[in-house]
Amino acid sequence: MNGVAMHIANGIVNAQVSAVAAAVAAAALAICVWRGRADLDDRLAPMAGLVAAFIFAVQMLNFQVLPGVSGHLLGGTLAVVLVGPWVGALCVSTVLIIQCLLFADGGLTALGLNITNMAVIGTAAGYLLVAGLLRLLPKTPRGVAVTTFIASIVSVVVASQAFVLEYALGGTTQLSLATIAGSMAGAHILIGIGEGLIAAVTVATVARVRPDLVYALRRFRNARPAVTPATKTVGVQA
Amino acid sequence: MGAGHAHPLHLDHDSRIHRLPAEVKIVATLLFTIVVVITPREKFVAFAGYLLLLVGVLVLAKVPPLWLAKRATIELPFVLLAVALPFAGHGERTEWLGMSLSIDGLHGAWNIFAKGTLGVLASLLLAATTTTRDLILGLDRLRCPQVFTQIATFMLRYLDILFDDARRMRVARLSRGYDPRFLWQVKAFAVGVGALFIRSYERGERVYLAMVARGYGGRLPRPDGPGATTADWARSAALPVAAGIIALAAVIL
Repeated sequence: MNGVAMHIANGIVNAQVSAVAAAVAAAALAICVWRGRADLDDRLAPMAGLVAAFIFAVQMLNFQVLPGVSGHLLGGTLAVVLVGPWVGALCVSTVLIIQCLLFADGGLTALGLNITNMAVIGTAAGYLLVAGLLRLLPKTPRGVAVTTFIASIVSVVVASQAFVLEYALGGTTQLSLATIAGSMAGAHILIGIGEGLIAAVTVATVARVRPDLVYALRRFRNARPAVTPATKTVGVQA
Repeated sequence: MGAGHAHPLHLDHDSRIHRLPAEVKIVATLLFTIVVVITPREKFVAFAGYLLLLVGVLVLAKVPPLWLAKRATIELPFVLLAVALPFAGHGERTEWLGMSLSIDGLHGAWNIFAKGTLGVLASLLLAATTTTRDLILGLDRLRCPQVFTQIATFMLRYLDILFDDARRMRVARLSRGYDPRFLWQVKAFAVGVGALFIRSYERGERVYLAMVARGYGGRLPRPDGPGATTADWARSAALPVAAGIIALAAVIL
């Protein structure tokens, strides 16, 4: 369990940007708590825990990007497909909080940055793509798997570029931004492909065996009139 | 993950720090880390002071220094980044042992190293003295939204299920002569990941429904006792307050 895993540590990004990110993360999570509470029924509660545990496990796989900067799987898209965007973002942030408090992974003052990148931006990017792609692709296990694969890659790259943006705004040293942006993007495309494969295989299996557990599919099975992604309402209650 | 409610960074024995309620330790660690991070990086003395404070906590918590040092290696990737900075940084440069080093990079390296190390040590001390269950109870007492504590409770329990099931499936594959050598054999692993997910979910669901049947309503029963007392808060405030005084002294002097 003691892999060398690390999110943004204390002191990498300055206090002002960290504070802004903490405020952004807190606001976004407050919305997620508010919207997610209605989602968290008897079926979703154990699923949310399992998704969080699964993300926790896959985040232990780390890949070296630059000396000192490593990337890892994020799991945001998997969470979106299985438990929906609100609970999904909460799952990822729970993982980050527990990693920070119990495993000293990621700085306590950088928690806002880590949550903003991975739980909010990464999950939001994944969600928008999943919602969009599922309109085009068939709502079959295969369609969901392809959707998950594509959305995973994009969401991982977007989350990694969010770090570059934060570093540009409040990095404590001047490194060439182009180098960071390039190597982060390059490495995270590869990581995204790896994550996409794991997430797609998982989602495809779940969609085949227990389609009732896939939040993204449940929404469309629902007899309710179609809802736009921006104002999506709660899925079917168990 | 071992059995029960331990986690790998927990040091199971009794001390003053272990006995403090989790919520006061979380708040103290958070405040201490904030003070460390906002300290200007040139105030070298202040960082030495912070380290002394943590050594004090370490002694009180009876954590063996070597045990802590071994677990602090989690920080190594960032130390590597710090080592690279003086070479890669921009701005004014200085000569040292025939190497051209960026002054900004040197400062940056020190900044990451000092703040990162102090933060990791503080978090490790919190983890070493707090069990998983206490931590979630502490977050609950700090009015952390119930959705979070609920997901966290299940996550930590399902981690055990997940690892146990993964081990069982691996043993099952191996005992059927599974010996992957080529890339296309990765299919067994891929199918295994999906199966692992379903199996763990169905196990977890049974446990969850059993809990619901026994009256679980989103929150585990709290143990008796009122939680943190004023004395607990006062005792744990010593760490951030001392750090704050050091920071102020360093900035003013």
